[in-house]
Parts: sequence; structure tokens; C-alpha cells
Amino acid sequence: MSENSEHHYTEGEIAREVTELETKSATASRIFDLRRIIGGLFVVYGVIVTITGITDSQSAIDKAQGVNINLWTGVGMLALGVFFLVWLKLRPVAPQRED
Amino acid sequence: MQTPTYAHTYLAAAGLRLPTNWLDYTILAIYFVVVLGIGFAARRSVKTSLDFFLSGRSLPAWITGLAFISANLAATEILGMAANSAQYGAYTVHWYWIGAIPAMVFLGLVMMPFYYGSKVRSVPEFLLLRFDKAAHLLSSILFAFAAILIAGVNLYALAIVVEALLGWPQWVAIVVAGAFVLAYITLGGLSSAIYNEVLQFFVILAALIPITILGLRKVGGWGGLTHKLAETHGHNFTTAWGGTGIGSTNPLGANWLTIVLGLGFVLSFGYWTTNFAEVQRALSAKNLSAGQRTPLIAAYPKIFIVFLVMIPGLVAAALVPNIGTSASGLQYNDAIPYLMQELLPNGVLGIAVTGLLAAFMAGMAANVSSFNTVFTTDIWAKYVVRGREDAYYVRFGRWITVIGVCASVGTAFLASSFSNIMSYLQTLFSFFNVPMFVVFIIGMFWKRASVKSGFWGLLAGTVTAMVNYFVLYKRGIISIPSDQGANFVSAIAGFLAGAVVMVLVTLFTEPKPARELQGLVYGTRSPGMSEPPAPGDDAWYRKPALLGWGAVVLAALCYIPFSF
Repeated sequence: MSENSEHHYTEGEIAREVTELETKSATASRIFDLRRIIGGLFVVYGVIVTITGITDSQSAIDKAQGVNINLWTGVGMLALGVFFLVWLKLRPVAPQRED
Repeated sequence: MQTPTYAHTYLAAAGLRLPTNWLDYTILAIYFVVVLGIGFAARRSVKTSLDFFLSGRSLPAWITGLAFISANLAATEILGMAANSAQYGAYTVHWYWIGAIPAMVFLGLVMMPFYYGSKVRSVPEFLLLRFDKAAHLLSSILFAFAAILIAGVNLYALAIVVEALLGWPQWVAIVVAGAFVLAYITLGGLSSAIYNEVLQFFVILAALIPITILGLRKVGGWGGLTHKLAETHGHNFTTAWGGTGIGSTNPLGANWLTIVLGLGFVLSFGYWTTNFAEVQRALSAKNLSAGQRTPLIAAYPKIFIVFLVMIPGLVAAALVPNIGTSASGLQYNDAIPYLMQELLPNGVLGIAVTGLLAAFMAGMAANVSSFNTVFTTDIWAKYVVRGREDAYYVRFGRWITVIGVCASVGTAFLASSFSNIMSYLQTLFSFFNVPMFVVFIIGMFWKRASVKSGFWGLLAGTVTAMVNYFVLYKRGIISIPSDQGANFVSAIAGFLAGAVVMVLVTLFTEPKPARELQGLVYGTRSPGMSEPPAPGDDAWYRKPALLGWGAVVLAALCYIPFSF
């Protein structure tokens, strides 16, 4: 950055500044893996909604056009949650940049 | 595509109150806890200003890609596009297949090498390099205003929907949602906004898929739906191009030419390629290949999401033929809430409410996280307090986030007392991306475009689009049948005016020296564009060209069943 108010920014200048910040950046090394959060939340939601579906009254099923929508949605969410956890297990991320 | 003018028509109909119970609230509460948890957990990854504003340019493509689509999939878009379908029918597909996919692919294949390779941190910063400080400052200030305004509109729309569906007073919803967004962005910066957007993407799918399936079942499947709508609304209602010949009339008030040029080219390219709230997601990717793939990965869900918003809208139109009139007591915007109330039992209902609230918060967060970046790196660090240590700008970024959220809360309260002013302002800012796009496209493809042409093109395009809409159309000097149609025409006018002024100014002013254009103009290269591919990025399914053209072909194929 320059003290001169008439200064023209050039590409090299901004690229240098960003490159320098990239070397100090901590996101790659410290950020948690999002797959764990998505997997965890959808497993929890899946279990809650599936159990609701299993114990649903006939009136809830009638409201949803005769479909046990809680059961189906619950199973679907559970499957998505398990997918993310399995993906995380099979392909853990190697640290990209050192801290 | 952004849906600009819906917020004011939400109706706080007490008749839409959902039969929520403890189970639905438990599901909602779990989501809010996770949202905050992400903010706290992302906090330790913020060390530099680059971490706070751009996730250190280090996220994988699937995360930035889903965040890219999620930043667009705000609740105003979901409810607005369902409303669009209930009102205009299957024309809604244009906002997706021609009004999004080509622009997203263009961003990924053509523009990302310049954006990412030049290492700019924002869209205005690119204008600073290609043109001058005047263009930079004008675009930064316009963007900062627009972002706060749109964030406020999202909050206001949320408050109205929550009041109608859950019975919370408006101010409670505004303050609670504002506080959560404030907390997680201030803590974790862009990483936390992006992570929450990806989570929201899956929750909103889990909400929309059951509504779509049950809605279709209620009207007897797709066949039953089209049959019924043909009887009540005419055959064209379920086609994409029926009645769009030049000179023929249709409810959209647009013909194929204004759809293709206005929506498909000018408005769409303006929104998808120069709106920083979107481009920011791609700039936070970990390398050039991931940056290019960000909008391309987003294009595939975008092709199919239209079914999840259009079908509920069409179903609502079939079930309530007089929707949108006072006779039914339902607004077009009520299409999805109406189906939630009619079809979803407790449990899935909680998921749907959570998805809707998540989408409102993500729509707000995308704007807040792009606002704080532009305000800090483009306005504050370049024109007000320059040359301070990096930690200062991280602190400033956090404070400006607080101020930005407070300003959007204020905007939301203002909107609740003057709702028609809001819709006016929203339309005003919807034209802001159009001149941005003309300046970008000419600046990127025409080496000769002079230093000063950027500012004047931006100004001329903005003023022309607004004059066309607010003077010529609103005063009835030219006749266009609907607001949407006028939107398309104004966009084309703004584009042409911006282009003409840029050419004229260029003819009389200095070009930029060729050595300062490396990596900024088509046909030149910068060091950032020639990085070697990361391990695994040479796999065929990660080739940007294949992903991009695949999306274009798929979108074109999707048109076939809707064209006859």
C-alpha cells in the first residue's frame, strides 16, 4: 500500500499482497471438516424423523396423501448423513498447507 | 436469477398458521445450535484478513460450488419463484435454464481465470486493476448499499413469513435471525457463512422434495396437473415458449426476444458473473481449477431445482384456481406455505420450517459477508485508513459486520412501515448488475477500452436502465404489459447505453498501457493463470470444459418436453 493518494494500484501489487496473506492463512490447516457436521446433523434428523414416521398416527398419514412421508424423508436424511460420514472415513483430507 | 420485487406482497394471513408442535420446534432448535456451533468452530481458522474475507482461498470445489448455489437459493428466491409459477406457469423454467446456466458456465469457463488468476479479493477490485479508482469506488459504494438493502429485505420477508406461519411477532423474528447471522459471521467470517450455506442447501432440499412429491400426488401426478391447468389456465400455462411470439400476448408480458436477450443475456449474466455475493464463493476456492468448477458444480443442481419450486407453484394454482385474488385470500407468494400447511405432518413440517428459516438466514448472510469484504478491502483499506497491519483489518471487518447487520435490521424495520418504498428500492438495485456486466465484458474483451470508459459506462448504464423503468415505463410513455417484461427491456436498454458510452469515451481518452493489462484482458495471461494442476484435478470429471458444456447441453435438453 502506498502513502501517495495519486497512486495507481497494479495487478502485481495486489497479487503480492494476497500471495503474502496466503502463506500466513490458517483456514486450510485449521478449519474443521464440514462433512462431519452435515453427516452428524442428518443422522440426528434422520433418526428423529424416522422414529416419528414409525409411530405416526393414521391422521398424519392421511394428511400426506396416504404416504408415510415422515418415514420416507427420515430414511432419506439418514442415508445422506451416513453417506457423508462414510465419505469422511474413506477419504480423510490430508493437510494442504502447513500452518 | 434474483427475484427483485416480491417482499411487499407477502400477506400475513392468519389462515396460514402451521400446526407446529414440540417436535417441529426441537428440529428447529437443533439447527440453530449447529449454526452457532459452526461459527464458534470456524473462529480458530481466522488468522489473517484473507481468512476472514475469503476463507484463505483454500476451500474445496464441492463446498464452494454448493455455497454458490445456496447463496442464490435464498427464501425470497424459493417463495418468489413458486409465486412466479403460480402466476405465470411454466415460464419459470426460463429463469433457470436460459436465465442461469449459460451465465454460470460462462463465469466458470471464461471469466474465472481472470478473476482468480489476478488474485483480486472482490469484483470491484478487478475494476480497480482494469480501469481506475473512479470506477472502483462507484461500483464498491453501489454494491455496499445494495447488499445491505437486500439483507434487510430478506430479514423483513422472513419476519412476515414467520409471523404468518408460526405466529411470532415481526420484531422477534427480525432480532433473532439478525443476531444469529451476526454471531456466526463475526466469529468465523466467510468460512462460517459458506459452511452454513452448504448445510442449508441440504436442509432446503429435504424440505422441498416432500412438498413437491405430495403436491403432485394430490393433483394426480404430472398428467393430472397439466390436464387440470390446461382447463383452468389454458394450454400455454404449462409450456415454456407458448404465446411468446413477438406481437402475441402472454401474462409474462415478454416475447422470446426479450426473454433471450433481457433475461437470458443481460440480467442473467449481470447477476451471475458480476454479483460479488456469488463470485465471492468462487474466489474462496483453493486453486484455479476449483474456482472454475465452483459455478459449474452449482449449475447441475440449478437445472433441477426449478422443479422443486415450479411444481409446488403449479400445484397451488391448480388447487386454488383464484390464487392471487382477494377471493381466495391467498397471495401467489403463499404457494409453498399453503402446501406445507395442507400436506406436511409434524416432523417433516419441522424440517420444512427449518429449511425456510435457514434459507432466509443464508440469503441475508451471503449479502452481509460480501458487504463486509467490499467495505473493508475496497473502501476502508484503499481510501480511508491505508497501510495498517493486517490484524487491524480483521478487527475492522468484524466491527463492520456488526454495523452492517444493525443497518439491515434497521432496513427491515423501515420496510415493515413503508413496504412499497422497499419494492421500489429493490427494483432500483436490480438494475445495478447490468451496467457492471457491460463494463466487465467490454473491459475483458476489448484491449483498447480506455481507463476512463469504465466509470462512464457504469454510470450511463445505471442511469439509462433506471430512467427506462421509472420514467418511460412507470409513467406510461412506453407500453409494456407487466413489471417483469419492463425489467427485461430496461436491462437491455441499460446494457446498450453502457456499451455505447464506453465506446465513445474510449475514442477520446487514453488506453491503458499494454503491460498493465496482463491477465486482465482476453488473450493475455498472468502468473496466477498458469499454476500446475493439483494432484487429481486432471481426472476427466474435473475438467471445467466438460462440466460446463455438459450443463449447457443438459439445460437445452430439459427444454424439449416443455416446448410443445
